[in-house]
Order: sequence, then structure tokens, then C-alpha cells
Amino acid sequence: MKYSVFSLLKNSFSGHKAWEPAWRQPDPKPTYDVVIVGGGGHGLATAYYLAKEFGVRNIAVLEKGWLGSGNIGRNTTIIRSNYMLPGNNPFYELSMKLWEGLEQDFNFNAMVSQRGVLNLCHTDPQRDAFARRGNAMRIDGVDAELLDTADVKAMYPFFDYDNPRFPIKGGLLQRRGGTVRHDAVAWGYARGADMHGVDIIQHCEVTGIRRENGKVVGVETTRGFIGCKKLGLAAAGNSSEVAAMAGLKLPIESHVLQAFVSEGLKPFIDGVVTFGAGHFYVSQSDKGGLVFGGDIDGYNSYARRGNLPMVEHVVEAGVAMIPAISRVRVLRSWGGIMDMSMDGSPIIDKTSVDGLYLNAGWCYGGFKATPASGFCFAHLIAKDQPQATATAYRLDRFRRGYMIDEKGQGATPNLH
Amino acid sequence: MLITCPHCGTRPVEEFTFLGDAKPQRPTSNDPSTMEQWFDYVYLRDNPRGVIDEYAHHSGGCRTWLVVTRNTETHEITGTVLASDYAAKRNEAPKKGARK
Amino acid sequence: MTGFRLSKGGLIDRSKPLNFTFDGTAYSGFQGDTLASALIASGTHLMGRSFKYHRPRGAITAGAAEPNALVELRSGGRKEANTRATMIELYEGLEAKSQNRWPSLRFDIGAVNSLASAMFVAGFYYKTFMWPKSFWEKIYEPLIRKAAGLGTASKEADPDRFEKAYAHCDVLVIGSGPTGLMAALTAARGGADVVLADEGSALGGSLLFDNEEIDGKSGIDWARGVIAELASLKNVTLMPRTTVFGWYDDNVFGAVERVSDHLATPNPYEPQQRYWRIIAKKAVLAAGAEERPIVFGGNDTPGVMTASAMRHYSNRYAAAAGQSVAVFTSTDSGYRTARDLAAHGVFVSAVVDTRAEAKVEGKRLPVLRGRQVAQVKGGKAVSAIELTDHTVISCDAVAMSGGWSPIVNLMCHRGARPVWNDSISGFVPPDVGGAFVAAGSAKGSFLLSDCLREGAAAGTLKGKAPAVPKCRDEAAGVAPFWWVKDFRGKAFVDYQNDVTVKDLPLAAREGYNHIELAKRYTTTGMATDQGKLGNVNAIAILAEATGKTIPEIGTTTFRPFYTPVSFGALAGHSVGHHFQPVRKTPLHEWAEEEGAVFVETGLWMRSSWFPKAGEDWLASASREVLATRNGVGLCDVSTLGKIDIQGPDAGAFLDRLYCNTFSTLAVGKARYGLMLREDGIVFDDGTTSRLAEDHFIMTTTTANAARVMSHIEFCHQALWPDLDVTYASVTEQWAQMAIAGPKSRDTLNRIVDGAALTDENTPYLAARSLTILGGMQARLFRISFSGEHAYELAVPADYGSQVARSLMRAGRDFGIVPYGVEALSMMRVEKGHVAGGELNGTTTAADLGLGKMMSTKKDYIGRMMASREGLTDANRQCVVGIRPVDKGDRLRAGSHLLKRGDTPSMANDQGYISSVAWSPMCGMWLGLALFANGRARIGEVVKVFDGLRNITMDAEICDPVHFDKENRRLNV
Repeated sequence: MKYSVFSLLKNSFSGHKAWEPAWRQPDPKPTYDVVIVGGGGHGLATAYYLAKEFGVRNIAVLEKGWLGSGNIGRNTTIIRSNYMLPGNNPFYELSMKLWEGLEQDFNFNAMVSQRGVLNLCHTDPQRDAFARRGNAMRIDGVDAELLDTADVKAMYPFFDYDNPRFPIKGGLLQRRGGTVRHDAVAWGYARGADMHGVDIIQHCEVTGIRRENGKVVGVETTRGFIGCKKLGLAAAGNSSEVAAMAGLKLPIESHVLQAFVSEGLKPFIDGVVTFGAGHFYVSQSDKGGLVFGGDIDGYNSYARRGNLPMVEHVVEAGVAMIPAISRVRVLRSWGGIMDMSMDGSPIIDKTSVDGLYLNAGWCYGGFKATPASGFCFAHLIAKDQPQATATAYRLDRFRRGYMIDEKGQGATPNLH
Repeated sequence: MLITCPHCGTRPVEEFTFLGDAKPQRPTSNDPSTMEQWFDYVYLRDNPRGVIDEYAHHSGGCRTWLVVTRNTETHEITGTVLASDYAAKRNEAPKKGARK
Repeated sequence: MTGFRLSKGGLIDRSKPLNFTFDGTAYSGFQGDTLASALIASGTHLMGRSFKYHRPRGAITAGAAEPNALVELRSGGRKEANTRATMIELYEGLEAKSQNRWPSLRFDIGAVNSLASAMFVAGFYYKTFMWPKSFWEKIYEPLIRKAAGLGTASKEADPDRFEKAYAHCDVLVIGSGPTGLMAALTAARGGADVVLADEGSALGGSLLFDNEEIDGKSGIDWARGVIAELASLKNVTLMPRTTVFGWYDDNVFGAVERVSDHLATPNPYEPQQRYWRIIAKKAVLAAGAEERPIVFGGNDTPGVMTASAMRHYSNRYAAAAGQSVAVFTSTDSGYRTARDLAAHGVFVSAVVDTRAEAKVEGKRLPVLRGRQVAQVKGGKAVSAIELTDHTVISCDAVAMSGGWSPIVNLMCHRGARPVWNDSISGFVPPDVGGAFVAAGSAKGSFLLSDCLREGAAAGTLKGKAPAVPKCRDEAAGVAPFWWVKDFRGKAFVDYQNDVTVKDLPLAAREGYNHIELAKRYTTTGMATDQGKLGNVNAIAILAEATGKTIPEIGTTTFRPFYTPVSFGALAGHSVGHHFQPVRKTPLHEWAEEEGAVFVETGLWMRSSWFPKAGEDWLASASREVLATRNGVGLCDVSTLGKIDIQGPDAGAFLDRLYCNTFSTLAVGKARYGLMLREDGIVFDDGTTSRLAEDHFIMTTTTANAARVMSHIEFCHQALWPDLDVTYASVTEQWAQMAIAGPKSRDTLNRIVDGAALTDENTPYLAARSLTILGGMQARLFRISFSGEHAYELAVPADYGSQVARSLMRAGRDFGIVPYGVEALSMMRVEKGHVAGGELNGTTTAADLGLGKMMSTKKDYIGRMMASREGLTDANRQCVVGIRPVDKGDRLRAGSHLLKRGDTPSMANDQGYISSVAWSPMCGMWLGLALFANGRARIGEVVKVFDGLRNITMDAEICDPVHFDKENRRLNV
């Protein structure tokens, strides 16, 4: 049933009894053309585009928990395409363009809200770095503006301009950046994929990858063996574990990133703002909560929870940027497991195992990439060729020395 | 999270800086044929869900590098040794093997 | 009884009346009231509006789980949104405002949303607002955002202070009801260090409002005795007004002490709140249980509250919720409330018990067994209840009791899930080991005698638990009952978010049948109370909708914070200018005297330029450069990292750290060193000198000082512990200053002791110890960042400013000037020296033009990885000089470079300008750039693209050394 104000009205008169399930809850078939491991944003988007754009018909998405229970449901909902390096910039802009038409495409309102992403700078070298970044965006036709202190003050008059430790000297603004209702992205893709015949199988954990003559033939799961011709991994923080089932060792460490939401407040902060002199970024959701985060805790972790030092560290930076939030209360904190790669950039590539495809290493930037990640991974799986904007995300780039290191931190995942 | 530094006692986690898995061992040869070993050492990680020996620097304390044995799923810590002892023991192990 | 204030009883101090305002109306209450109790005693139940439908709401609890009675408290920078009226203690002059209503609480336009509630079901917004596309941004979303949130945040800085503190204890007891008091008492008598924390304004928990009998005394008297004993013990810390909000690894607990929340403003030297990290060897969860509402029509009408809340108001605050009260219950708690109210002289119009049979004493009460309430009549106030059999009973308040939910939250913060217990129809805490145990009603044990016994057991660290006092047990029967199937009107599961009983089955029908999906789709449990009241009801409703059992459905994830915590508390003292410490160099005082303008560089404050009257930064820095290049200048370079490295293997160690060789460096000489990361990328650079055979002093960049130190420690301890070497950061021990310019030696010669400096005794790259100013130990390095004949002089930090002053005097005849980092930067760009803009973590030695420094004769960090094809690719961007074709053009750092004639695109991008400076010597803006295959393209004219600033110009790629290519000035 198509979602619209008309279908909503119609159902209102019948007590909403006639709504169909947004997706089926099928039992796994014995075999599929493509099996995607991971029913999160990237996995569901991959299945959606495989079915819709690349004509693959017989697809399953296997999710060990409930649909969208991974990082798609525990991020800070930010979208942006303010990247600097040639390997990244066109890819993230593709993602932004897909966001801009997504809701009409999959007929689900995910509340794509382009209220701007502003990165504050506090020193001249930081402004120079933003100029480099902003011009990398502009050179490829992506919107970017370099603001001075007065511009920032006009947008956010209640930030600390009077007694700051690190004065706000300006910022880099991408007006097309913003936020999206994260769960709705998973649901929209799931519903869209399901309508194109994709089997979304929840509570089905992959326990092994079966290979014959070096080629993937299927997966062992908690719901039995499921055969496939091609297997795509989109398991985020669990990528290393799943890849190990095929004998692969990845350039990835798993780390916990905490995020937070405040109590609901009347509209207060319009766009997304990142502090440049500490770890803090914030936006306000359509429900009124300040959604914010900072940095990973720093130690390898598979626990979806962190510790107090990072909580304090992030909140300190928040109050440094916005002294007025002192009396606002933090409602809830949570943690997600980030697949931190060795250069801070992702991998969308074939692997050394025939039929095994890898989508991993998103660090804590995976949400904004969801549409393009799905699209490019689907392209790769369907055509065995990388999509034009994702040619740099090769697994062998580390061996060959073609890292895509936006932060310049090198092979130290917890610094990206 | 609390870490018991052999020098300083039990200290809060923010005094420590982490550098990941201590298992990969730096190759000793510069021969081009050892490139795979180097690549493995610098870039590849087992990244286990479970117990890991990891480097932790008591950067906010005595500035000693430690190897902490910690479970990445529960965060439970079961041991802490000086990185120098860990390295010495590891450097010794193959020699012993060689004698046999 | 006057109005709704009971004429006697309660723990309020009737001798201390307090005035306050709510929505501008004046009220009064007593010391000991909460805002909610004072309003209820004044006959006011209407305290707020709900989120979606703007339904009129009153307090439904008397505690921390309150979802409805949220107010804006205080004003200006002290304004707090969403403060629970049930938790805030009344103080003289308290100002509160209701929220989420316009124009007033009684008449709220937003309530029209209720009329469209047939459409506004769970998830309706996911299905609409999509057409036409352009309407989302311009119309739909602004409307939705306007409706967002409840209270309004302040836009002013908070004038009050917050603090952080740490506590270590043997036993942390969370909750001070009968269980907690018994646990704390037992542990304290056993000699343990005990912290007893309770979120309430007074210790005592349920004993503050439940009539109990312990040890032959009233419960409250027994509690007072125990608290007095605990207060007298040195090994006990009592922490009322302290909420333990989270449980973290290794038994670390987060807590907030609301030191001054009960005052209009904090007392002198007191913070508003104090955030605690409590590290406990053992912790006892004695947080009690939350009474559950029942889901039935109009269960949100102001005047409807939980049975225990109604007891709380009457027994503790002497506030009657109504004059004629009906009770709707599936538990014995409802009877207890009815009895207590009756004893206070409040008329109980009915006790409607869903249970056909119950053992509880119901004598003298109008009990209706096996009956259910279909709806509450009335809008902004209760007028009657209507039973499912259409019986109407008039009343002005309703107490409801649907069972108890043990407050398991903290024990589930580290991933363990609570366990369903059929006998109490509730989730009980998981077993998380002996370091954190639950006791009493937090564990699902509701009899007072069990609470005391379990408290004593939990407080016993060794041996047998002591005997506990005798007490009277109240009936605590519970029958599982979640919602009234034949309800009429709207029946709420989650009050604040307006989730109704119909929303959950709808979610299940649409495929959101997992509790986590249902939560996200309906928003149940996502309000400020995080589902403390309604989640179990939601789970039960979803269970039925999906044909599963409650334990099969399970709970959502419990996470910090147990109740919301202010940013201020978590930030503590790290506010404003104190966000991070300030590092000042030993020459700071001198620089201030010289009129320096300082700039933040990491934590350091560095002197940036030294303006004379009327000069801006550019004029000042240009003058400083010219004076230095023509005479002599003095610059504070103390922020450079300085690492002392000693030992027989020091040279060998440096050989492994640097890509070039140091073991061959002669004693008394300095050498520029380049350090790579293990991935082959340049890490840091600096000059390292050999002071003795086994003694080196290394300098690092300011930015990387700490990281290089950690790296050295790692390399030695983790990689090569067999090397006999030791090292220490001496950055703070030495003041270091650059003396640069053709008159630098003449200037220095006026302060050095003994033989004058000459090219023979101090040649270029000499490093020596000497004394100055009549015996002061110093180190002198003949090195140059400016390109001039220059020295760096290091003296013990405490003498820094004094030596600088002496140098200024010594150089007066030569026109000495102080110069700052701006002038430094101009001179280094003129000389093509790389700095932060080029050492950006992605450049190789070869990119910087320093490829030849990489030794092929030894192992060093980064050697192997640096040989990868990607790092030796000829097309890599490498450092070149850049100058505008039109000398009048100003280059800007961050501009990108294109071949002339190419259209702007990432694919055509050739590189970017990494550093720019005005060159006083060349009379134009110069830069360094990272440019593809740059060294082969010297002389090429390129297009500069600065789309951000809308500037385009032509520029020429040139050698990075813009000035004095032959380095003649080093020896002038």
C-alpha cells in the first residue's frame, strides 16, 4: 500500500486496521542469488538497490538481531558531504544527492532535513584546513561557505563569544548538510526492498561461511544453511568476525562510540554544529532532543556502551561551546560499535575469496553514507566492477600505499 | 573502567592511552621479501570479540607502556604487565624454541 | 482539612510557610513540600500538557519517574526546562511555569491535535509529508519543529558553579528505604566504609510516607534512629539528594548530588550540583520499586495518580489528592491507600479491584471486586469514574495500582537483561555477580520483613547476617493486570509521548513487532521518564498483540542515565575560559612586557606579534622580519618539545627513531632529523643535538611534543626494551629562545661568559654548553629556522624572562626586536621550510623534498612501509613554492590549483596551497603548495581556485626556497 496523506486518511476511518506489514517476515529459502549479511542501513540499502536498480531478483538480507538494530539505529543522524580527498568527495556527494530524493524514491518519510552542518574553527591553521576542505568541495560543485566570527554569531548568538578558552574564529558551513530520522532510513529501505521481493530475515545469525573450491557457496546460520552465489558483508562493527569466517583478516578495529540525547526542548539549535576545539557535535531532533556525541572511548570494544570519562569529555566541550546548555539535562546515552579502519575511510571491494564482497570500515561516518554505500555495493555485487565514485575504496590500498586519510593519523584506528 | 598499573595502582581509564592489539610483532628484517609480514604488522588485526592483549600507555601517570589483558565484550580486565616484560618474554620465546 | 491540605500529620514544617508562583499565580506551601505537593494541597492538579495531543496533565507520581508534571523552573541563566514538580523542593520565591502550551495551560490551542488523533497514530509522519517534495522544507518540517520539545532552554550562560568529586568506598548503598538503611547499618556496624545515597530530599525512602511498624516503633521513627546512628559513624557518608545515575565498568558509579537545587541560589562557596564518581568494592541496589499505572480511558486526567503517590502526598506532605477519591487497583497497594486516606478523613468513594478475590483487608471500604474502570470522566479535572458495566461513581481523584516494577535500571546498565518473575508480575534484576547485588523491593521482595532481612544480608561483608528487627508486614498481593479491554476514550501507555493502547498493536501489525522496533515506531518509553511507568504495560500489550509471552517480548535496553543529568554537572568546573588549562611559556612574562599579542596554539599561549602603536598584525610582523633580517630578533621557541635522551644505546635508539642517522653525529653538533610513522608517512621533525657520547637532546614540533614522547616510550618499552637508554621530557625545564639575524652573535657575545663566540668555536650546527651572565648554565645551538645567522639559547625555565630581558638590553645597539610566530612564519615560508601545513600526516619525506634523508643502511620506524608504490608514486603531491603572477595578488592558504584552461573539478585538481605568508623581503605574498608531481613542474603557471572566497588568479610554481637560495645568510 502506497503511503500518502490519502492512504493515511482512508485508514483513519477504518481504525488503522487495514495497514499491511511494512515488510514480510519470511522463512529463509534454501538458496539465493545474493545474500547480504547485516540488516542495517547499508545492508538493506544494498538489497534495495540490487533489486530496484540492478535487477537482481533473488536476494536475502540476514540480520542477527532485529531489523536496524546496529549502527543505523544508534547514530547521531547527520548527513553531509564535506569531504576533502578525491577518493571520498564524489562518493559522499553521490550519497547526498541520493538522500535528496530518497523519500520519494522509497515512499517513506525519513525526514531528510537539510538545515546545515557548521564546523567551527578556532585557529588560523584550522581555518586554512577548512579552506582547503571547502575548496575541495566547491571545485567539484558541492556547496560550502567559509564563515567568519560575525557570520557564526548571527546564526548562533548564544555560543560562547565572551569568555571562551578557544575563541570561535569562524566555520565551514554546508547548507545542504543536515539530519535524517535514522530508524526511518532502515525502515524505508526495508519496506522498499521487501516490495521488490527481497527476503529480510531477522534473528538469523551467520555462524559460518561455506566455501567450495575457494568459492563461496552459502552461509551457515542459526536458521540453517542458506546457499548463495554471491555473499555481501555489511556487518559494520562485526565485520572482522564475519570476515574471519572466510579466513580473512581485515585492517579494522572495533571501537565503541557513545552518543547522547537530551530531554526535549523547544527549537533552540537549528542545524548541526561541531565544536573545533574539543570533541562535541550537536543537532536538535524534530522531537526536540539535543542529539550529540564526541569521540570514541579509545579502547577496542564490542560492548555497546562506554564509560564516564568520555561522557564528561564530550559534555565539557558542549558547555564550552554553548554555556547556556548548562541546565539542560542529558536524558540517555548509548554506544555503537564502529568498524574503525586503518585510514579512517571505508572499504567497498571484492575480496580474495571468490564470491565474497566486503562493505566495511565506515568508522563513525557510516550513516551519511548509507544510500551511496548501498548503491555502490549493489553495483559492485551486480557488475563485479566498482561504481565510479567508489573506485578508491579498495581493500588492497593499504598494501599498495594508497590510503585515504582525511585526518592524517595513519594506521592508528582510534585516532581517526 | 579501572586499570591497575603495576607502578601506580588502580587508576581510572582516562589516565591511559590505548594503542590496540599487542599481538602483532614488529618484523626484524628489511628485506623486500618480508613486505607481507610488515603489512600484516602495520595494518591487519584479529580484532577479537573476547580477550585481547592490548597496549595501554599510562600517559597520565607514570608514562609506562603496559599490556592489559581485557575482554572486549565485557571490558573485564584480567591482567596487566609492563610492555617491556611482555616484549622481553616474547623475544625470548622463539630463542627457546630454536634451541630445541 | 482546609482545602486539600490535611489539618495534621505529614513531614512538612507548618511553622515555615513559603511563597511561590506557578504561571505567575501566587501560591503558598510549607518547608518540606515539593512543588507538586504544594500545588496539590492548593487544589491544583493541572500542571502540564502532553507532547503530541497537548492533553491536560497532573502529577501521576510523587517521585523521579514523573512524566507529566514538568515545569520550567527559575529564570535567566538559571532557567531549567522539564524540571519534575514532584522532585523539586519548595523554596521561598520559587518561580515555575508550565510548558508546551499556548496561550495558557488551561486553554491550549495545541489541544486541537487531539481532534485529529484518528490520523496522528503511531508513525503517521513516516507515511506522509512527502508531496510535493518542496513542501517538506518550507512548510511541513517548520510546523513539526515548532511543535517539538516541551520546555524552553535558556540562552544565557549559567551563573552558578558545578563541581566534580570522587569517592571510594567498601559499600555503596543506593536507596535509603528500609532495605537500604538496613544494608548501610549492617555494613557500617561491620566496620566498612559506607556511602548511602538517595535521590530524595530526605533519607528514609518509603518510610517517609508508608505507615510501617519496625522494632515496636513507627517506621519513620525507626528510620530516624538508624539515620542518627549512621550519621554518628565516621565510616559512613550520607548523601541525600543524590541520584546514582549509572553503573559503569569495574563498579564505577556516576552520581549527582543536588547540593543547591532546593535553594533559590547556592550558598556562598557551594556549587549548584556536584557530580560524583563513586568507586565501590560492593554496591547494593535498594532503589525500591515503581508502582505501575493501569491503562484505561482517561487514565491521564489530572487527579489520576498511582496509589502509592497518593499515599505519599497525604502521609508525607499532608496533601489530599481529592475530597472524594476512587481507587482502581489490581494490587493490595490500592487498599492501603484507601485506608490511609480514610484515616485522614478523605472520603473514599470506591475501591474497584480487578480481582474477584483478594486476601487483603477491605473492611469499612466500599470495595467492588472483579470490576474495572472503563474511563475517567472530566477533562482538566476528574469528575467521576465509569466502570465497564457503566456504573458511574463520582469522585475528584483516582488512585490506581497495576502492580510494581522493581527499579532494576542500574543493574542493567552494563548489558545484562532483567528477568521476568511471574509471582510478582514484574521484571527483577539480573544476577551480575557479588559486587553489585539487589535487595528488597528492588529485587521484587515487597514484604517489609523481607526488605529488612535482604538489606542486612546485602550489608554483611563477611560471616552471618545479623538478626533484623521485628516489623509488621502489609499485604502485598498483586494480580497481573495491564489494561482495560473495554476502555472508553483514550487510554495512555506512555503519558508524556501520548502513546495509546491502540498504537502498539498497530506497530505489531505493520511489522514493528520486536519491542525495540515498537518502541522506536510508537515512541513509547522514549520520553523524559524513559518508560519507568509504562514500559511493562507496553510490553504486555505487545505480547498479546503478537501472541507471545511477556518474557518472550522482553524489555528494551536500560541505559544511563537513570534520571536525566544536567550538562553543568557533567562539565563541572571545565567551563568558559577554564575549559582547558592554559600553558604559558617561561618567557610569557617577558613577552607581555614587550606588548605581545598571544595566540592559542594547542594549550599554549604563544606570542604572535609585538605591535607598536597603530600597527596591525601584518605591519607588526613585517617590521619584526625586517628588523631581524637586517639586525637581530628574539623569538620565544620554548613550546618546542624537548626530550633528553641518555644511555650507551642512545645513538642506536635515535637511529631507529629517525629516518636519518644520529649515531654518527659528533659530540657538540646538532642535526636536523626526520621521524616517520611506521606506515612510512612523516611524523615529526626537529633538531637533535649530541651533548656527550651518551647524551642527546631532541627537539620536536610544538604540536607533536606529547605524541613524540609517547612514541619514544613505546618504541623503547614495547619494541626494543633491550636498548640501554633512558629519556625524559624536559620541555618545561628549559626556556628556549631564538636569536636570529646578522647581529645575533654580537648580541650574544654581550652576555656569554669567557671567550666570545666565533665561527671556530661555534660553527653552524654547533651545540654546546656554556655559561652566560656570570655563571648561569645555558645551552647554545647554532641552528636557524629563519635562514639567518642564528642561535637557539636554552636556559633553565625560571631564568627565561630574565635572560630575554638581558638579551634585549644586549641587542639594543643592534636594533633588536622581539618577534612572534607570525614573523617566524613569514621567514620560514620565505625559506621554504615545512611546518604544520606540510607535516599534515599524509606527506612522505620525498613529498617534503627530504627523501634523501631516508637511510638505506639501517632499520628505522617507517622504512619498509615507505617503500610502497603509493608512497613513491611520481604523481604524488609534493612541496613546491608558489607565487602570484601578478605581484599585487594575495594568495590564500587552502586554495586549490588547476592547470590553466582546465575546468574546476576534483578530477582536475592538482593540489592546494598549504601555507601562505607575506614576504617583506620579496614584497609579495608567497606560499608553499602541495602539487602533483611538483618538482618536475617548477615554472608552470597554474590557476588558483578559491571558490569559497570567489577568488581566481594565476600563480607560478617555483622552488620552495623563495629567499636566499644559497643560504648565504646563515654565515653572515
